Amino acid sequence: MDQFAQQLLNGLFLGSIYALIALGYTMVYGVLRFINFAHGDVFMLGAFSGLYLKKWMEPVLAPLHWSLSLTVILVLSMLICAALGILIEFLAYRPLRNRPRLNVLITAIGVSLLIEYTGQLVFGATQQSFPPLIPANNIALTGGLAVTNTQMIVFVTVVVLLVALRHIVMRTRLGLAMRALSLNPTASALMGVNNSVVISFTFGLGSALAAAGGILYASLYPSVEPFMGIIPGLKAFIAAVLGGIGNIPGAALGGLIIGVTETLVGGYSSTFGLPTGYKDGVAFVILILILLFKPSGLLGKTEREKV
Amino acid sequence: MKRYQAQIALAIALLVSFAVSQFSDQLNDYYLDIFLTTGISIILAVSLNLVNGHTGQFSLGHAGFMAVGAYAAAIVSIQLGPQLQHIFGSGGAGTGAAFLLALLVGGVCAALCGWIVGVPSLRLRGDYLAIVTLGFNEIIRVILQNTKPDSVCGGALGLGGIPAHTSIFWAFGAAAVCIYVVTAMIQSTWGRGFLAVRDDEIAAGSMGINTTRYKVTAFVVGAFFAGIGGGLYAHQKGAINPEGFNFLKSVDVVVMVILGGMGSTVGVVLAAIVLTVLNEYLRDFEQYRMIIFALLLIIMMIARPQGLLPASLFHKKGRTA
Amino acid sequence: MSEGLHLDSVTIQFGGLKAVSDFSFHVPPGGIYGLIGPNGAGKTTVFNMITGVYTPTAGNITFNGISLPGHQPHQITPLGIARTFQNIRLFSSLSVFDNVRTAMRMHLIGGMGQTLLRGRTWRESEATVETDVLDLLDIFKLAPLAHERATSLPYGDQRRLEIVRALATRPKLLLLDEPAAGMNPTEKEELMHLIRFIQQKFQIAVLLVEHDMKVVMGICQRIAVLEYGVKIAEGSPAKIQNDPKVIEAYLGAETVT
Repeated sequence: MDQFAQQLLNGLFLGSIYALIALGYTMVYGVLRFINFAHGDVFMLGAFSGLYLKKWMEPVLAPLHWSLSLTVILVLSMLICAALGILIEFLAYRPLRNRPRLNVLITAIGVSLLIEYTGQLVFGATQQSFPPLIPANNIALTGGLAVTNTQMIVFVTVVVLLVALRHIVMRTRLGLAMRALSLNPTASALMGVNNSVVISFTFGLGSALAAAGGILYASLYPSVEPFMGIIPGLKAFIAAVLGGIGNIPGAALGGLIIGVTETLVGGYSSTFGLPTGYKDGVAFVILILILLFKPSGLLGKTEREKV
Repeated sequence: MKRYQAQIALAIALLVSFAVSQFSDQLNDYYLDIFLTTGISIILAVSLNLVNGHTGQFSLGHAGFMAVGAYAAAIVSIQLGPQLQHIFGSGGAGTGAAFLLALLVGGVCAALCGWIVGVPSLRLRGDYLAIVTLGFNEIIRVILQNTKPDSVCGGALGLGGIPAHTSIFWAFGAAAVCIYVVTAMIQSTWGRGFLAVRDDEIAAGSMGINTTRYKVTAFVVGAFFAGIGGGLYAHQKGAINPEGFNFLKSVDVVVMVILGGMGSTVGVVLAAIVLTVLNEYLRDFEQYRMIIFALLLIIMMIARPQGLLPASLFHKKGRTA
Repeated sequence: MSEGLHLDSVTIQFGGLKAVSDFSFHVPPGGIYGLIGPNGAGKTTVFNMITGVYTPTAGNITFNGISLPGHQPHQITPLGIARTFQNIRLFSSLSVFDNVRTAMRMHLIGGMGQTLLRGRTWRESEATVETDVLDLLDIFKLAPLAHERATSLPYGDQRRLEIVRALATRPKLLLLDEPAAGMNPTEKEELMHLIRFIQQKFQIAVLLVEHDMKVVMGICQRIAVLEYGVKIAEGSPAKIQNDPKVIEAYLGAETVT
């Protein structure tokens, strides 16, 4: 039972990062009705920007407390990746605004590959180790459970970001515009919403969250390489679909479910005589199940096509 | 004569590839390898084009079906080698028959997977199907990678010692059959249904066309030939491993289909040839190759989504796509 | 009489909204009938229920004795019902010829196997299809345009093509969804002739949804009026034109000529 609770806890931490990335997918899908394949690579860029920022800003950061140092790196990375996300949308997706969705999907794959292979060229193909931004420490909780400092900080950061996101979406005018746009682009434009600005903002926001996810993920699993975004990105996308694509709380829920399930499967697979590698397939099995039984997702609504 | 035009063309293609095959030992090994890879690429591209181009679905997991075919065919050749030799004899025709059997087993296994994946997923919207097929590709890879090294599938290190049966005859003969099947299907009245499904599913349904059945059929036929391509690949390289059939391999084929113009068989064949040859020449610049491909994809989608060659160029008046 | 199309107390509910309520109507095997009403009255929804796009939540629809709800659209067409759409849905990458040819697929005997073997049966079948398509195009003066891309045709011709395509399925009942939309008065006159011609030549029943009162009153022998999903009147054109409820429903909306 102890092991179960421990695995559950570990899964929650992993799941919270998936949730962060999933939010980017779901927001972009909400306003543009398209899956941004390149989102997982922004996650990777976030991790790398964290790596390089720490390296270059070391003299400036050294005297600061680690929490301040972490915040600076986090915020800067989020800003850099937000700008990148906006740039990508402007250059690659905006020209295809009125084209069939499949075309945009292919472009997204192109962008994803471009980022990955350029990253390989620039950063090198070998894995690099991510510098510890949080001093490692084990905290013992009740019931014999243990968490590390890092895991706690990750969790707290995710919660803070989620709260901030909810505030933006629910209580600011831009957030209102985002919601209007996702419900009916024509009507929202008629109501005076500048759709292009809102779309850029959404991309920026999603990318910022992905960047944060990248840094947090790299803090938990400190090895980074240019293709690290593919699998977590896919799993985060599946999380968004699981929760109901376009639905923000759904993305968070989906992320947690996938994180927990994956960790449990990984933890218990040896008990059942299965190879541990199977845990990577868990997310895809969940995807197939949800698409078979409830394609609109756990919290989503079915859309009807008007004939 | 005109009546059996298509069948005669196929027979000629088979004869020519057989003839050329006899002289293949005159060819430098390196060039022979490129030829064979080209033939296999044609099969992969034309079969994917049936699904993505002609039927308008978006499959991103073609390499997964290729993997199934490759492994199934390789396992038949390796595990059942002696028995097959016993049944068919070890002469030229005998090994040929055994190889054909291995290939067909690979194709059928892949087709079965295509059916299993297709039936539930083809009800879904375009982008969802893309993810499901990608997922399938990943699941196959994960399963194969996690088999035990000493098992039939060879685990992460894969299978080796596959007899090198693939020759110009087999590669291009299979390509000819694939092109024949796809073209014969598409140009017939029955096959216009695929294009109708692509253009407007709802209207197609109102014309009595069972859209799901057409989509599944395209998917299964596409998977079958991907499996054949996989089997040929296995018996060309002599060794296969799960990493060789990952998402990037699927993307390679997707690029061929897009470049060739989705829905144009001729365009796609040309694109397959061009890209395979290009791959070889850019092998030294592997890092830049993918960057170039990625940029190509993006620019193509923005500037010329219908492919480099317009489909109307190659069809006589009256036959569109 | 089980002949023709019977809609018996058909209701469909989307969430809390009853798009169509308790609608009953009978379309006999021959003649031209109309379904009119203000925008959003549920007319296309009725078509969608007949053709299997939607399933009614209550009531029944039968055609020549066969119950329709639960069937998929491609299963309804072989029963003898064909339709056109409010927004033209032609196959954009196909030629005029091929658009009609796809509708002939229904009458083929062999499927994939025959197609691959390309034996004599297949060739004869293809030849028959070709002749049938050209004949049909010829009747409607579209033969010269046979190899043009369907979407390159002028609007009026595209509408006509969509009707011809529907006729290629050899229906007994033809559903036309706002066929006069976007047409000028001359084209509307031609359309009226066309529909009468089709009904007489092919001896079928036509049910049309239409906003243009001149067209509807001009060719329909019986009309049903829907408002907010409820039938408020039914009868001959003269009766409908003078019905106070109908006039009220249309007040300020369409002109009744």
